[in-house]
Amino acid sequence: MAAVQDGQMELDAEKETKPEILSDGTSNLSGNTASGTLSSSPLTAAPAGGAPKMEDQQTLIAVLQFLKRNKLTDSVEILRREAGLGEDQEDSQATDGSGGGKGDVDGGDANSLLSRVSITSAAAPQSMPVKRADDQPDVSVVLSAYSQQGDPSLYQVYYSGLKNFIESVLDCHRAELSQLFYPLFVHMYLELVYNNHENEAKAFFEKFSGDQECYYQDDLRVLCGLTKKEHLKGNEVLLDFRTSRFVLRISRDSYQLLKRHLQERHNNQIWNIIQEHLYIDIFDGMPRSKSQIDSMSGSLAGEGRRELNKAKVFHGLLKEPEIEVPLDDEDDEAENEEGKPKKKKTKKDSLGSKSKKQDPNAPQQNRIPLPELKDSDKLDKIMYMKESTKRIRLGPENLPSICFYTLLNAYQGLTAVDFTDDSSLLAGGFADSTVRVWSVTPKKLRKVKSAADLNMIDKESDDVLERIMDEKTASESKILYGHSGPVYGVSFSPDRNYLLSSSEDGTVRLWSLLTFTCLVGYKGHNYPVWDTQFSPFGYYFVSGGHDRVARLWATDHYQPLRIFAGHLADVTCTCTRFHPNSNYVATGSTDRTIRLWDVLNGNCVRIFTGHKGPIHSLAFSPNGKFLASGSTDGRVLLWDIGHGLMIGELKGHTDTIYSLKFSRDGEILASGSMDNTVRLWNSMKAFDEVETDDFTATTGHIHLPDNSQELLLGTYHSKSTPVTHLHFTRRNLLLAAGAYNSQ
Amino acid sequence: HQSSTGREERRFAEVPRESIKLMAESTGVELSEEVAALLAEDVCYRLREATQNSSQFMRHAKRRKLSVEDFNRALRWSNTETVCGYGAQDALPFRPLKEGELFFVEDREINLVELALATNIPKGCAETMVRVHVSYLDGKGNLEPQGTVPTAVQSLSEDLLKYYQQITRAILGEDPHLMKVKSVSHDLDQLNRLLHMVKSLVQNPYLYLGSYVRSLVSSVMYCILEPLAASINPLNDHWTLRDYAALLLSHIFWTHGDLVSGLYHQILLSLQKVLSDPVRPLCSHYGAVVGLHALGWKAVERVLYPHLPAYWANLQAVLDDYSVSNAQVKADGHKVYGAILVAVERLLKMKALSLTLAAEGSGAGLPGTTTGAVGFRENSPGLSPPPEPLSEPPLGIASHLQAGGAGCQWEEWTPVSLPAMYCELYSFFGDSLAVRFSTDPPLGGAPAPGPCQPLEGRKEPASSAPNLENTRKMPQLTASMNISPRQDGSPRMEPQPPSLAATVPGRSLSRSSSSSSVSRSRSSSSRPGRSTSQSRDIFPKSRFPLPQAGPPAFSFIIGGRQMGRRCQGRRFQTSFTPTPPLTTLPPRAYAHKLPVIGRVSKPVRRWTCSHYSLHLPL
Repeated sequence: MAAVQDGQMELDAEKETKPEILSDGTSNLSGNTASGTLSSSPLTAAPAGGAPKMEDQQTLIAVLQFLKRNKLTDSVEILRREAGLGEDQEDSQATDGSGGGKGDVDGGDANSLLSRVSITSAAAPQSMPVKRADDQPDVSVVLSAYSQQGDPSLYQVYYSGLKNFIESVLDCHRAELSQLFYPLFVHMYLELVYNNHENEAKAFFEKFSGDQECYYQDDLRVLCGLTKKEHLKGNEVLLDFRTSRFVLRISRDSYQLLKRHLQERHNNQIWNIIQEHLYIDIFDGMPRSKSQIDSMSGSLAGEGRRELNKAKVFHGLLKEPEIEVPLDDEDDEAENEEGKPKKKKTKKDSLGSKSKKQDPNAPQQNRIPLPELKDSDKLDKIMYMKESTKRIRLGPENLPSICFYTLLNAYQGLTAVDFTDDSSLLAGGFADSTVRVWSVTPKKLRKVKSAADLNMIDKESDDVLERIMDEKTASESKILYGHSGPVYGVSFSPDRNYLLSSSEDGTVRLWSLLTFTCLVGYKGHNYPVWDTQFSPFGYYFVSGGHDRVARLWATDHYQPLRIFAGHLADVTCTCTRFHPNSNYVATGSTDRTIRLWDVLNGNCVRIFTGHKGPIHSLAFSPNGKFLASGSTDGRVLLWDIGHGLMIGELKGHTDTIYSLKFSRDGEILASGSMDNTVRLWNSMKAFDEVETDDFTATTGHIHLPDNSQELLLGTYHSKSTPVTHLHFTRRNLLLAAGAYNSQ
Repeated sequence: HQSSTGREERRFAEVPRESIKLMAESTGVELSEEVAALLAEDVCYRLREATQNSSQFMRHAKRRKLSVEDFNRALRWSNTETVCGYGAQDALPFRPLKEGELFFVEDREINLVELALATNIPKGCAETMVRVHVSYLDGKGNLEPQGTVPTAVQSLSEDLLKYYQQITRAILGEDPHLMKVKSVSHDLDQLNRLLHMVKSLVQNPYLYLGSYVRSLVSSVMYCILEPLAASINPLNDHWTLRDYAALLLSHIFWTHGDLVSGLYHQILLSLQKVLSDPVRPLCSHYGAVVGLHALGWKAVERVLYPHLPAYWANLQAVLDDYSVSNAQVKADGHKVYGAILVAVERLLKMKALSLTLAAEGSGAGLPGTTTGAVGFRENSPGLSPPPEPLSEPPLGIASHLQAGGAGCQWEEWTPVSLPAMYCELYSFFGDSLAVRFSTDPPLGGAPAPGPCQPLEGRKEPASSAPNLENTRKMPQLTASMNISPRQDGSPRMEPQPPSLAATVPGRSLSRSSSSSSVSRSRSSSSRPGRSTSQSRDIFPKSRFPLPQAGPPAFSFIIGGRQMGRRCQGRRFQTSFTPTPPLTTLPPRAYAHKLPVIGRVSKPVRRWTCSHYSLHLPL
């Protein structure tokens, strides 16, 4: 059993953000000095020549202090010599930072340093205005980017000027350029708010909020309430909106049009925002149509950057371990009893073909160190194979039967459900902090005997595993106490020996299903943990929570192995999923994006945008090629992982989709929702119909066929039970679970 | 915080500064106006923020309803003190106090002593458990336990489906067995509910019932005619049910009769069949009679009248049996007797009226005109004059019924002449018929000798008829009458003003000794008058002069002879107050508490505006 080294823990995204913040800060400073000139490059703002000396100095001082703090003394010396600054000058500037116009803002920021994470203040004297806590994004810095003053009354003019321009351009460009509205609107509004132009901000909002796409309504509602600078500082979502650049995909022609227009009009305000807060992903070729844009937009951070989605993803499955089937004889007997010797042959064939062929897209077998198979795992694998030979081949003509596990009297509130892979156990997480485990087979749940009793048993006997169980404790269900807040996520380990639960109390707990006690509490998330899931091979698990990061853990490490940071909002419920080959983790978020992370290096390798509401369910197809996601908007979107493209949209649900599951062969996708229905979709057809030629792959332009109704195979109502979880048994019987809602 | 969220402004609830000041004062802090305003704004924002955060907790708990718990969690995570004391599961009533523009969460005091000493100790929640059932086999089937709708309903559009679900839930409650009327014949309440549903279906102007009318009618007929299981217990008031059903029948017939051809005859046939079947219990007969009555006097004339001689013998036998064991049956018999009496009475009156109108009106006689004593429907058809309302349906129902009679499509029917009919009926009912039929009040009140009364009663219309010798074009006017109620739209039921009622000649004929029935019949009789006045000009002109022209008025003394047991040799002096002028309110008259035969289950409802009274010097 090889473990990933601890030291490899990386804070990639956070590191990523740090230089960005700094560059934001500096570019802002220089941008301020350079007001009045347009820099040609969209990304670097070159300081202009005739800037006031005072502010230039400030910039230099800021840089000096940064260097100093990082103990780059030589550089400090060189810079000081070159800039001709005296040491005392710097100090005086630093201490009475409230001198000039710029210092004013900075000083104010220093006083109002406010961040939800504690600052390592010991090393950071508060008196230094440009001093920043390096480790985390500093609010004051983030916000100070807004400090550039423009005439607040002109904002409306600027915006409507741009609006008029966009509305007057050719149709083909209009749709693309219209993407600018929302990010510009938000940034301009925030700028007004930040600079204390409350009334102007309100008027601006009143006038232009109606123009925004309807799927931004939720964001607008948040914005609308925000009218004070002080409010801005506590709002993490908006801080993130600021720190990350909103990504727009615009064709080169459209971009040129826009650029020319802004330069002609000297519309610096807007140009500055575009430069600083927007990332324009320019592509060559035909501008996209409105529907193409709409299908991809909607997330809090714009679309995913194209080059980001270009990274190679090994979405193939790992080679099945070769297992000699020692029980074949036994199996034969069983088969013979039924008088079907034929079946055995087909089984062998299927097994053989599966294990021999190596998927070209598959990652190397040892790319991620995986735990070695134990004997019991092998036995389970054999069971699995046996079962899979009896699997029902599903299809449009052959829909699965549905078994509904209704939790009755769940007054305390059912929040999460999970089945074991062999469908023998059911775990429920409840809002009253308990986790309950039920056996859904006649086999009762038993604890292991106490240590004293275990000493007494004969360890050499064949049925030692049976002997260690305490018959007296046999019961249909067990309750696990330990959390101190609602349990939002539960997950069984593949070997059925462990159960993970994540809770509002910020911990993930590992429970033993042999002793029914808590083994470990993993602390790391500082905020509610919305979900957790075991890797398909056990050992690793991933968790995601309100702190907007997903963490990868190993059961024998009390600290996370990876932290996947990048989401702008919570990593949501039932929304952290392992790829079947365990090399990737997908997370869905309230920021309406789905990210795929590489477990090996912690990189974000895919960003999928297109959902218009928080994402609440994810499912990988069994072959690892596709991903399905469901959100509060009642839509299921299908994604091609290899190409990084959206390939389907399934409309039909009327409420949040809380569970998605592919059948064991991947032909059917089942979705369960708050609207008390289970819907079955023809996923095979959905995947087949999409033409993923190279062109679409490179440009990322997709034409989605609107064929939800054709793909919908059935809608199945429960009486009054929202569908919380779906599970296909190994023989393709669909199990659904939910708590009966008497209201 | 919570209690202060009051006014709805724009899209958000905003906390006014007054609330802030008030809250500050309650903690002993004096705030200036500015501070309060700033604070208010901040409080609003913080509240909104907390609400937004709490909605996340709601979503992750997979609920639709934001709970106080969610809100508290959001507060806790933002390092704010939580709100205590609102954790109850039940909804908190949020009440406004008008005077002070104050809003507050109602917080009732709990009597701890009572709670502590309560004997009904709650048992505690049942244990959370998992139940599994195969919901859908092979992706289909097994729909039944999932509460799906019948196939006939599935083809409906979404709106209709909702309507259906609402209706079924409202009517059936939790009992799916109610789907069939017959399964609930033991439960009068349920039957009543069903009938009311039928009524609302019929009255809904936006529903096209089409062929469903037939099934509705059959349900209603069931209620009218069947010897319900509930009838076994004499305490059950199945009579009212039958009355109501009959009323409904006529209403259905009136409003939707045109949808199903031959419905009328079908109904008549089935009623007739029941009536002529002596094996059936009396309650069924009663139903048949009230059904006929409700269908209009023509139906009575056509079905009941010819059957009367044959039926009479049976009824007489029942009524004459004084054995104790027969008591219940006899009581039922009285009911039937009363029902027949009422029906026959109206038949006579309507006939007389039609003749009168034919005589008075310049146009023609109006056989189809159905004004009159429809309101009697509700009366306990006691053998002596005092009727008693069994139930108090809205007045409008009476008018429907009335109009229903008017709406009957009637074929050519050679009526028995009125005198002949009267003679025949008189032979059955004797004086009680006379009492009911003899109506119009004398001005002077000079009593006429009893025996001659019937003659006079007959003479009056007969004499007036030749006076105005006009040709009777019955078919034409009948047609107009058929149309008129429909033009009137749905027969809504505002009670008629008494002055209007007084203008209608039908009133004079429909006098009843009971004040209640008087006013009811007034309202009903006024209906055709009004509707025709809207539809046809000529008609009211020909009718309105009638009361002034010389209201037939006489008084009489009845010497009962035939059905002597009840009114043997008594002298009745009937005197009516004069017909009031159109505009003035009639003098207030007195309603007598009259002797009652039959059930006395409901209190006599006095109608204050009774103009007429019947003096019974016994």
